[in-house]
Amino acid sequence: MSSERAASAEPARRAGPRPPVKATLTPWERYAPLAISVVSTALVFGVVWRVITTAENWPLIQRQFFDVDAMRASLPQVFSGFLVNMTVWVIALVVIAVFGIVVAIFRSLTGPWAAPLRVFAIIYIDLLRGTPSILLVLLFGLGVPALQIPGMTTSRLFWGSVALVLGYTAYTSEVYRSGIEAVPDGQRAAAKALGLTQWQTLRYSILPQAVRNVIPALLNLAVALQKDVALLSVIGAREAGREAQIFTARTFNFSSYIVATVLFLLATIPMARFTDWVTKRDQERRLQRTL
Amino acid sequence: MSTPRVAIDDLTKYYGQTLVLDEVFLDVYEHEVVCLIGASGSGKSTLLRCINQLVPFDHGEIRLDGVAIDDASFGKTGLRKRIGIVFQAYNLFPHLRVIDNVTLAPRKVHGVGKREAEARAPELLGLLGMEEFARKYPEQLSGGQQQRVAIVRALAPNPDVLLLDEVTAALDPELIGGVLDVIRDLKAQGMTMMIVTHEMGFARDVADRVCFLEEGRILEEAPPVQLLSDPQHPSTRRFLQRIIEAGRL
Repeated sequence: MSSERAASAEPARRAGPRPPVKATLTPWERYAPLAISVVSTALVFGVVWRVITTAENWPLIQRQFFDVDAMRASLPQVFSGFLVNMTVWVIALVVIAVFGIVVAIFRSLTGPWAAPLRVFAIIYIDLLRGTPSILLVLLFGLGVPALQIPGMTTSRLFWGSVALVLGYTAYTSEVYRSGIEAVPDGQRAAAKALGLTQWQTLRYSILPQAVRNVIPALLNLAVALQKDVALLSVIGAREAGREAQIFTARTFNFSSYIVATVLFLLATIPMARFTDWVTKRDQERRLQRTL
Repeated sequence: MSTPRVAIDDLTKYYGQTLVLDEVFLDVYEHEVVCLIGASGSGKSTLLRCINQLVPFDHGEIRLDGVAIDDASFGKTGLRKRIGIVFQAYNLFPHLRVIDNVTLAPRKVHGVGKREAEARAPELLGLLGMEEFARKYPEQLSGGQQQRVAIVRALAPNPDVLLLDEVTAALDPELIGGVLDVIRDLKAQGMTMMIVTHEMGFARDVADRVCFLEEGRILEEAPPVQLLSDPQHPSTRRFLQRIIEAGRL
């Protein structure tokens, strides 16, 4: 016991060989690589830019896609549509995160009495994961409101979002399941030996570890959904893509699409960077554990 | 003698078609420490896992204080409260701090309040010199420290019997001593234990009886000094000879 504790104390410094002397660089050696990078990159991009902007059709492209006045005019409408996209995205994320875990639990339950839940989960995942998202959006977004069921909303936006939630829940539950299966068997044995029930074992031991294992994969799905919410335009929901389309139909100018594109990029690029950062941190954590 | 704490009666178990426990009889009395030795695959670990129902068995009976372990009177958690087990690989919950690892079973299984469970934990951890690590996560501890936490976790529900399954086999040599000291302390306090181990010197120190298993049968059973220095069965002799050659006795 005491030997372990003593090992953590700072050992006395021994006068050993000296570390190598750091070489002093001349200003040229120090700054030349940076300068070469900057100049060569600027040169390549400059040439490309020059070729594009001197092309015969460039003024037409500029007018059709990068018309600043048209962009300014379409921005309020496209932006309000974009807020619809992001609202659907955030709400869907929460619902999918919860439903995905439920389906994953159904699928990993054991015992004969859980068979109906297991079979339901398998059929659900096969059907929803195998159907193109756009078909789901059309089916639900146009189909369900057409039924005119009393007491149920006929909002296409709502039912289109439901379609996205159902489709992404199937993917998400498979991600969760891979996380559940990656938890070592010893964890189940330990929980069982302590007297935890099957449900308590899942709740207190398996799921927390499983979720932590799959957070990078879940974030990747979140980025994918962030763009897929634009599919709602096919059922006429007034989201960013649809608003841009309306503007273009009125003015025969495509700059509104560029506005929508830029808005999406402003949201998706930071999200993707964040995902990369979390993934990297996660890998470092695993690496440390194995050392 | 009185009723044994643990009575194993004609226990037989198969994994598929493979016979892993072959008509095992063994009685363990209160305050007694029994060490199980034998080669890998001889059935030692499976025997321990049968006792607290981690794995089912095919034939025979195991009784705790005279009551069969599958008796309805134990309820869902009664058996687990009275029999603790510690594994070779510690199997601590990596996402929970030491104190939460230790208090999980008392709180969630045995209905002890959070405050009460946490009030008792430092005392338990203190017995094993681990109180300063209560707020740490398992991965911040050495293997020896993790194994001591695992022992505290198994002791938290106040079990009558503690099962130890090769608890030092995964440890670096310099960390083994600390864990073995803890087990010696438990013996001094009168804990009834069944220990699967490859540490023959430790078995000689701590055991009241040593059982040698081969191919799922207890071939020889004797006080440690007798079994280790004067084995009767040729298989036991062969096994101990190999251990001596490996420099482990």
